[in-house]
Amino acid sequence: MTISGIGVSPGIAIGKARVIKKQAVALTGTLLLNNEEITIAIEKFDNAVAVSVTEVELMMSNHDASQGSEGLEILEAHIELLGDPQIREDVVEKIKAERKNVNDAVIEVIQAAVEVFKSMDNDYMSARAADIEDIGNRIVKNLTPAIGIDQDYEAGTIIIAVDLAPSDTISMDITKIAGFATQIGGKTSHAAIIAKSRGIPAVLGCGADLQSVEDGDGLILDGQNGSIIINPDGETIKEFEAKRDSWVKELNLLKSLKDTPAKTIDGTEAHLLSNIADAAEMENALEFGAQGSGLFRTEFLFLGRNDFPSEEEQFEFYKAVALKAKGKPVTVRTLDIGGDKQLPYFNFPEEQNPFLGYRAIRLCLDRKDIFITQLKAILRASAFGKLKIMFPMIATVNEIRTAKAILKEAMQELANQGISFDRDIKIGIMIEIPSAAVIADLLAKEVDFFSIGTNDLTQYTLAVDRMNEKIKDLYDPFDPAVLRLIANVIEQGHKANIEVGMCGELAGDPRATLLLLGMGLTEFSMSASSIPVVKSKIIKASLAEARKVYEDVKQMDNSKDITNYLQEKTQ
Amino acid sequence: MISKDYIITSAEGIHARPATALVKLTKNYKSVISIKKGDKTVKLNSLLNILSLAAKGGETISIIAEGEDETAAMEAIDQFFNEHLKDL
Repeated sequence: MTISGIGVSPGIAIGKARVIKKQAVALTGTLLLNNEEITIAIEKFDNAVAVSVTEVELMMSNHDASQGSEGLEILEAHIELLGDPQIREDVVEKIKAERKNVNDAVIEVIQAAVEVFKSMDNDYMSARAADIEDIGNRIVKNLTPAIGIDQDYEAGTIIIAVDLAPSDTISMDITKIAGFATQIGGKTSHAAIIAKSRGIPAVLGCGADLQSVEDGDGLILDGQNGSIIINPDGETIKEFEAKRDSWVKELNLLKSLKDTPAKTIDGTEAHLLSNIADAAEMENALEFGAQGSGLFRTEFLFLGRNDFPSEEEQFEFYKAVALKAKGKPVTVRTLDIGGDKQLPYFNFPEEQNPFLGYRAIRLCLDRKDIFITQLKAILRASAFGKLKIMFPMIATVNEIRTAKAILKEAMQELANQGISFDRDIKIGIMIEIPSAAVIADLLAKEVDFFSIGTNDLTQYTLAVDRMNEKIKDLYDPFDPAVLRLIANVIEQGHKANIEVGMCGELAGDPRATLLLLGMGLTEFSMSASSIPVVKSKIIKASLAEARKVYEDVKQMDNSKDITNYLQEKTQ
Repeated sequence: MISKDYIITSAEGIHARPATALVKLTKNYKSVISIKKGDKTVKLNSLLNILSLAAKGGETISIIAEGEDETAAMEAIDQFFNEHLKDL
């Protein structure tokens, strides 16, 4: 039998079920008779709170630092909640005014608070109901002696519960637990946070189906797909054991690299960033160790709708990304439509050669209304993170000057309205047209950074449409002509002392990593999942070796020799 | 009495961690310090009350401090919202 839920922490757990049943807290309905009982009830409450605080403090001092700080922070919040003056005031009020016994008073106050949080239209906040319930249960437990969760697990235990309170997961012997499954909860529940931070597979929100699991049942839990198989046969177990082993291997590689700086053995540090389209991708990229985003494609918001998004809508969209980046830099590319990217609500003229036509910055400079709306939205979002602005498809110096003038206008408008934004926001351009690569020295005087877009640069340099089956073999970013342009852009950028990055596909191609390093490139932006592989190339190489690779490649006259050579070096 | 507005600059808003830090910070001062979002005002000494405001990233809240050390308290609050919140 298979049960499905929400996979909140990836990985495969194979083990035996341990079903946790918690003693339910219950109202007694008894009322207090006189002032003496009222005084005693309040004293009992204060004592139970004091005992509870001591318990949590003990848990904090027993907290294993290797388990990360997530758990500790939860416990700190619990100590504050236990001593919360609002909770005490409400409990005392119930005891005094309604003559409720202390057990009932606490349950009712906590229940009311839990309801408030559960009703919030914010997953994070509604998940905080679990914290309040947890401290409430702890106080109630300490009012009268009760039985806690037994903690004597065999190794490889999969915990099955209705829900897991933060203190449950923290007080468990995590080393013996292979997985978690609960009836309620979701991605922002405490059980999810804890499971993720400890790398324990977990499936939450399984619903009542989970009740069919009994103590000692054999289980396979897939934290990626969110499924649980009850009493699987031998073959299934084998299949999942293989799956688990390959997952663990991959995870270890990712983990070992995530926080490792992308530094060569002789100390040159590269910055590995991710290309993203929205806030969710930004969040995901950080998991892969991205140091920010070198290309935030804003088209995502403009596609699949019936009209242009308003400034407000754009602002919210960019702001969400800025916040998710947590202070790391995000390069926002202004609208790059036209060519192969059409909008249903914008009438593009019929063109003989759309790729050589009315697109990207050309369209934006023509339709200043569209452009300035986007620039204002980006600028407003720049108050919430480290944003940079990048203009695509720049071919001439005049284009960047005009774009900058419009940006200045947008800044002036915001300043006049008293709206805050980053006045020192960095401005850069994509280098993806051969003319721009050739006059990189002239363009460098106008901007704070370059980002090389290798996809279009290759297509324009070799005059090849890569969608055309007949000639697509000509499309090759390792062609010496393309490489010379790239090298020139990097060199001119460095001469002018501006940052040079790359956000095209070549940046995430591990065959190109050493070559690009050798050319002097230190900023690579790619799809998040490519980061670990590229990083693994960088940390094993030296800059001297990379330079040698570049020198060797310079001597070659065709892309086939170059790719063969790089392939060999990459192994 | 001093009152100041702040835009919340952390993605998750005033969630458990920053709220805990705020409660702790408030304990250092004698002034009565409150937080206001929309038409709801609560004291900063209660984690429960702060969390119940559900203040999200990008929203504006006001802090009101009243008491003998209100200036010092507001300076600490200033530092909290302008510098520390982002990292919490």
